[in-house]
Amino acid sequence: MATIVVDNRSYSVDERTNLLAACLGAGLNLPYFCWHPAMGSVGACRQCAVKQFKDEHDQRGRLVMACMTPASDGARISIDDPEAKAFRASVVEWLMVNHPHDCPVCDEGGECHLQDVTVMTGHAYRRYRFPKRTYHNQYLGPFIKHEMNRCIQCYRCVRFYRDYAGGRDLNVFGSHDAVYFGREQDGTLENEFSGNLVEVCPTGVFTDKTLFHHYTRKWDLQSAQSICPHCSLGCNTTLGERYGIVRRVVNRYNHQVNGYFLCDRGRFGYDYVNDDGRMRRALLRPKHDRVSQAKPEGVSEVLASAADRLRRARGIVGIGSPRASLEANVALRSLVGPDRFFLGIGERDHRLFSTILTILRTGPVPSASLREAEDSDAVLVLGEDLLNSAPRLALALLQSVRQQPMKRADELKIPRWDDAAVRNVVQGRRGPLFLAGYRRTWFHDYATENYFAAPDDIARLGFSVAQSIGTDSPSVPNLSKDVRDRAHRIAEALIRAERPLIVAGTVSGSQATIEAAANVAWALHLAGKHPRLSFVLPDCNSLGLAQLGGGILEDAFQSVRHRKADGVIVLENDLYRHADSAKADAFFDAAQTVIVIDSFDHRTTARADILLPAATFPESDGTLVNHEGRAQRFYQVFVPEGDITESWRWLRDLARMTSDPAEKLSGAAAWQTFDDAVSGTAEAVPEFAKIRAVAPPAGLRLIGQKIPRQPERYSGRTAMISHLTVHEPRPPHDPDTALAFSMEGHRGRMPSPLIPQFWAPGWNSNQALNKYQDEIGGPLREEMPGVRLIEPVATKAPLWFTRIPLPFRPAYRRWLLLPLTALFGSEELSNRSPAIAERISEPFISLHPSDATRLRLEEGTAIELALQGTTCRLAVRLESSTPPGTAGLSLMHEMGFAQLPTWVDLTESIKAERRVA
Amino acid sequence: MERPLTQHIARDGRYRSLSEYGKTGGYRSLKRLADGLSPQNVQRLVTEAGLRGRGGAGFPTGNKWSFVPMGSDAPRPKYLVANADEMEPGTFKDRVLMEGNPHGLVEGMILAGYAVQAEVGFIFLRGEYHLSAQYLTNAISEAYQAGHLGRTLPGTDFRFDLHLHASAGRYICGEETALLNALEGKRAIPRAKPPYPQTSGLWGQPTVVQNVETLSNLPHIITHDSTWYRSLSRSKDGGTKLYGMSGRVAHPGCWELPLGTTARELLENHAGGMSDDFGFRGLLPGGASTAFLVEEHLDLPMDFSSIPPQVGRLGTGTMIVLDDRTCPVGFVLNLEKFFARESCGWCTPCREGLPWVARILQLFEEGRATNDDLTLLEMHAKFLSPGHTFCALAPGAVEPLKSALKYFRDDFVRHIRLGHCPWNVQSKRHRILV
Repeated sequence: MATIVVDNRSYSVDERTNLLAACLGAGLNLPYFCWHPAMGSVGACRQCAVKQFKDEHDQRGRLVMACMTPASDGARISIDDPEAKAFRASVVEWLMVNHPHDCPVCDEGGECHLQDVTVMTGHAYRRYRFPKRTYHNQYLGPFIKHEMNRCIQCYRCVRFYRDYAGGRDLNVFGSHDAVYFGREQDGTLENEFSGNLVEVCPTGVFTDKTLFHHYTRKWDLQSAQSICPHCSLGCNTTLGERYGIVRRVVNRYNHQVNGYFLCDRGRFGYDYVNDDGRMRRALLRPKHDRVSQAKPEGVSEVLASAADRLRRARGIVGIGSPRASLEANVALRSLVGPDRFFLGIGERDHRLFSTILTILRTGPVPSASLREAEDSDAVLVLGEDLLNSAPRLALALLQSVRQQPMKRADELKIPRWDDAAVRNVVQGRRGPLFLAGYRRTWFHDYATENYFAAPDDIARLGFSVAQSIGTDSPSVPNLSKDVRDRAHRIAEALIRAERPLIVAGTVSGSQATIEAAANVAWALHLAGKHPRLSFVLPDCNSLGLAQLGGGILEDAFQSVRHRKADGVIVLENDLYRHADSAKADAFFDAAQTVIVIDSFDHRTTARADILLPAATFPESDGTLVNHEGRAQRFYQVFVPEGDITESWRWLRDLARMTSDPAEKLSGAAAWQTFDDAVSGTAEAVPEFAKIRAVAPPAGLRLIGQKIPRQPERYSGRTAMISHLTVHEPRPPHDPDTALAFSMEGHRGRMPSPLIPQFWAPGWNSNQALNKYQDEIGGPLREEMPGVRLIEPVATKAPLWFTRIPLPFRPAYRRWLLLPLTALFGSEELSNRSPAIAERISEPFISLHPSDATRLRLEEGTAIELALQGTTCRLAVRLESSTPPGTAGLSLMHEMGFAQLPTWVDLTESIKAERRVA
Repeated sequence: MERPLTQHIARDGRYRSLSEYGKTGGYRSLKRLADGLSPQNVQRLVTEAGLRGRGGAGFPTGNKWSFVPMGSDAPRPKYLVANADEMEPGTFKDRVLMEGNPHGLVEGMILAGYAVQAEVGFIFLRGEYHLSAQYLTNAISEAYQAGHLGRTLPGTDFRFDLHLHASAGRYICGEETALLNALEGKRAIPRAKPPYPQTSGLWGQPTVVQNVETLSNLPHIITHDSTWYRSLSRSKDGGTKLYGMSGRVAHPGCWELPLGTTARELLENHAGGMSDDFGFRGLLPGGASTAFLVEEHLDLPMDFSSIPPQVGRLGTGTMIVLDDRTCPVGFVLNLEKFFARESCGWCTPCREGLPWVARILQLFEEGRATNDDLTLLEMHAKFLSPGHTFCALAPGAVEPLKSALKYFRDDFVRHIRLGHCPWNVQSKRHRILV
């Protein structure tokens, strides 16, 4: 720690930081533009000028940029110095020379860092009396609006997009006072993290186009913490709602998880909540009539009918969901009993999830948080296409490759925050990142080595890396020299590293790659290293569901087929994504009663006798377990219209109505509030015991008050429904959390999951986050970053996985069909958001050029592929990264990957073939 | 009087070949290396010679070299870059050397490379210097053939490779770190210092960037020794200096003279005084980015230590003379337009401030300025100063403005009072028409 003196007051600060971060961490107001806590300093905007003095006798001092000056012990500075203040005001005056005065119609208005800084510096009177320069604005795709005239040339956008996120199609053009930030020509921004430009831009150049389509002022948003449901990483988000419409998603800082950034699926996938086709009423179909439209009835009638049918059923099976909260799954389990609770996933996924759980539960190596992944200094990825299946992890790994080269900067005594200087030293040098997969993306350009092979070969590579690290691990027979050498190089790099990370996942459907990853991690552990593991799963609660435990879908099908049960309750799940269509059809045909609880229509809801509209994420509270095993809480943002209620409440009601009236209510039937659901869940399995500590209980009051979801500046409260009534209704009651659907309540410090939005006086933009941290870029004050439910068993000697697959051999006339996941298109909820839908590419099949020649197919040929009883129309793509003998299948809208990989005779299955015009 | 730099240069515009260069002692300094002069001794000799950088900043060359990591564990490769991006308005001294004696630069670079043990050199040449490019290409090729480049030098284990790079052309590329970015193929914006190029320069490697004239001095220092070199100067720093003078003087030109020659000697003895009917009002001593010197400063020795900092600095030593029939406001406007256009656009004060200054000066010239505009000019003169901006471009750009406001304030005020430029009746007529 260092002591610095700011305007004659002493502060104790971290000497590894710069004066700007130190001042902000000390709670002082010092304006800035080009500096960003995650991207460091470049000294471009000159906004953070302060006066620095040599010692206490120095009266003159000199102006320095706080962001470029180390917070060294004894540093004496003044923020209030008249010259420094005047200079900061003139910087804003310069920036305002060309900035349009369009705040009243600007999407950024009210949440604009430039507005805040302008007010902070006191610049108010315009002295520039010449015309402003104007620019052409570009079409940048469905996510981002571009308004270049507002640009203040802080260079943050290109620094994020290019330097941090690896993007290439956004750049800075021109020079002097005609600097342009955009694309070479109009077109959709390609980078998977483009949405962060909205938050990185300190003013309204890059704004959220999805928000624009249902715009509302930022101060009119009712908001609360949410957890992104669109992949397994569990990034934290804040959702904003007004008039029953979710208006936008912004990043929510969690030091351990997503830090400052989200991926585009997470940011723009929310619009499924606003879908016109949402189920909003409880529906009932006449008995044994699955053809006619379900009719809305009163909730009590529907529930009574459901209870009646369940009571009379021969037996009930409950099918849970990897995209429903722990509480909802536990409620279902409690209703039907653990023996009749099924996980709602197929055999393949269950096997993969169980393997991952076993590795994390019984092995000596912990899973990595996203932050730890970012800090890794050598990474091996086995089989996972991270850019498409877990993009935020890919972004973390893009930073990890800089860890080793940055040591050169340390040696030169260049502080890590001095971004331009560090990048100059690092240049194109990259630390070890080894990617093994079967599909090339731009992320592979960052790898030390890429290995494109079939999953079995990828697993073999992993096993041989483990073998190269330690002789204890099982040896891999029949290794080619190429793979052996490759494995040796990877092993060397991992051993030399201080914080190696091994990543694998479930997308490829290969258990062997997951086991190989574990062997590598264990070999490193035995070699005295401190490795971490990271497993990517398909859905937001896949790991939590697996922890809860239960049978698989096939078991549920069987118990209906064997007439052990004829009542079915499906919780937030489209079974057709997890099972073969024919089997699912047979299952529903055999069932007497099908109750489906979900929020939108799909093939499973079409089979329901009774439909109960489930609350989506921003309409409910719950706990999710991310890929790391971290339990996190999401909070209800607003009260939905119609019959919509939380799934656990529907299940609770069913449990009550079906329980014996003579007995005392038990299990989910006895739950009153969400806290009861949390307690019930905590008791469901021992591993969940800690979820009570994830976030504060509903009873928490701060200075006797709840915490308001609506900001202080929330407008129109008394007028919002004046077209219906002039009486202001009471705000909805929230028995479930310490939050209120109100403007009134406590606004001081609070536990981090409860912070409705980041705001501080004078800091209306997302930069207000600084006011919630003691150390900028460090944890939030009172941070509750979620609770890790699974920690390694340190003492046990690991049991090696020994099932090493044989080398992959292409078959005659048969191809191994491998699943290709897609950032836009593979995830059920986000697909329903119009902006995401616009980005979903046409379905395709990728083939190695040599295979395409054999099949007489060319790039772009349109084919029809018969698969599992359905015919898909696909375009052919030739990819040299597709291993010969395999074919990559992009995901079709309604289809899951449960049945992949599978062998297909393409010469037979390709029914029709025609050339694309 | 000895003129080591220009004594033998070609004055007829033709290429001076290796053999011609050799006849007048060219590459003789390499013999001293072969005789065992160590890199440390080259550094010592240059330090003792009192050679200061001729690019304008006057940084002691030996001192600059001392920051380069040496020894077997120093990062490799190290680079030497000749800053031949001579874009300072009114400055053409490096061009004289490169066109008249390209081998002098090549030899100097071999010596500098040897001194800091840099294995690769680049000449970053102003794009418009076509003849220099042609002659340097010839010279480099001849030096390779002669084995001075690309081969281990006799008696040493040092080998030096040299490449010529012609700039795409921006003034900012003359700033040494922007030059390095441009050389790397990046946007030509300056880098923050520290780290200095000597520790982290081109591609993050130790790099020395040196002006053409500075490098061209090295062969003479090594061949003749430091005491001789010091004796050439009339100042406490060593050597001769290429001075130049342009403007309404009788004989504009470029002359090699002892460092410390006064401005009056230059004007009266070498430039032949002011042209007929023109009076002297002031001069910019070193290109456009230095402060005006006026009559009272003419007897100051033109070197790196005699001009008081509050008055100005020598800069490149190639002077632009302001006469009494040229409007000083228009003169400054012309410069500020140049600087505003050449700003790289990286930092706010320079990017937004300089165009504002230029527009205000335009108002003065059009007779539409007010007293408030004078205040705004002073604000910019004050705030675009070293440390306030990212690099030295804007502080240099406002040097002539700041000093003009000091010495020619009455002329600014007359523009406001008269409502037109006193030197330009055209602007008055224009105003009446409007």
